[in-house]
Amino acid sequence: MGELLVDLVAVDRQVWSGQAKIVVAKTVDGEMGILPQHEPVLAVLADGTVRLETLDGKRMVFAVHGGFFSVDRDRVTILAESAEASDEIDVVRAESALERARAAGLDSPEEVAAYHRAETRLRVASTHTR
Amino acid sequence: MGAQLRVFRRRIKSVGATKKITKAMELIASSRIVKAQQRVDAALPYTTELLRALSAAAAHSQSGHLFVGKEGEHTRAAMCLITADRGLAGAYSSAAIKEGEALTRLLNDKGITVRPYLVGRKAVGFYRFRERDIAGQWTGFTDQPTYEAAAEIAAALIEAFLTPVEEGGCEEIHLVYTHFENMAVQRVATRRLLPVEIVQDEVPPPDGQPYPLYNFEPSPQGVLDALLPKYITNLVYTALLLSAASEHAARRRAMKSATDNADDLMKSLTRQANQARQAEITQEISEIVGGADALSSANAGS
Repeated sequence: MGELLVDLVAVDRQVWSGQAKIVVAKTVDGEMGILPQHEPVLAVLADGTVRLETLDGKRMVFAVHGGFFSVDRDRVTILAESAEASDEIDVVRAESALERARAAGLDSPEEVAAYHRAETRLRVASTHTR
Repeated sequence: MGAQLRVFRRRIKSVGATKKITKAMELIASSRIVKAQQRVDAALPYTTELLRALSAAAAHSQSGHLFVGKEGEHTRAAMCLITADRGLAGAYSSAAIKEGEALTRLLNDKGITVRPYLVGRKAVGFYRFRERDIAGQWTGFTDQPTYEAAAEIAAALIEAFLTPVEEGGCEEIHLVYTHFENMAVQRVATRRLLPVEIVQDEVPPPDGQPYPLYNFEPSPQGVLDALLPKYITNLVYTALLLSAASEHAARRRAMKSATDNADDLMKSLTRQANQARQAEITQEISEIVGGADALSSANAGS
């Protein structure tokens, strides 16, 4: 079995780049696991998490917002408007962001999206501290 | 000290103070160019990958997209003009505004009304002074643009494009910004954002092979729909970053010539001051000599 070459790119920086055994991403139609030798895919990502396992068995989780990804000959490219690794997220700030989103209410689609985003970030951050 | 000399000394001091300020601004601008350039470079991987994905999706999507169509006779256009918030950057803002004026004239000649969307206080000031209608304005971030700002601008432009003309929408979106080629060369550029120009040829597939037969999730059209707004936002973001780098470069150059000019001025003022001092001394000596002469000739006469 080969390995995947993964590039996780946010608008203003390269977030992570390296080799992985498996990548799991959430598309608008549901979660999708990518293993080596996967067929070429170009998919729109839902706001949520991207998980991957590196060659040495380390698991990594990223909070991803507004992105899409492409798979082509074992090269996985994930592009996102914002992407953060679990160890980059400031838990205190994520908590206060969630608190603010909750206080703002869930009336408009934007507010719901903001709430989910804050929730995702907090969830991703907690996978790291645990 | 004579009055003339005092005036010269005062002017030298004031020019020196100005020089200190311009020198400091030059140094600040220099360090910011480097940072702005790094931001441009950091945004590059995303742009490349986005274009690649977009080209692949466009190649596989048969039906035209909303953003691609609408060719033919146009009557209304939007123009997004990117300038600086602050002055003291040489001709940076005025060059962009001039280009915007030229574009407006060109479109007007074709019978197209232009709606201005302005970025930067300089453009807003220019339009407001002439009491022109402003469709949208954003200020306060031109030296360090964020992606959020770009997203906001792009959203407004896309909304204008998607609104029917009868309800005040626009059929074309143009972007005027300053392209940063290198430290020495920046030029004002105009680019049509919408309708989208053909993107297929912009990024040839790597290794010269055709794009793989992607499986699109949810569908080719769905992917294209999701990617095109991102593409527009990315173009605006890139233009903002390039303009910011150009702004700093223009400011550095303007401040450098101001500093050099202050140097020259101080040099010539110092010469003039020395001359004035020397003239004063010569005069004093001749007065003393004249006085002594008068005294001795008076004594000799008695």
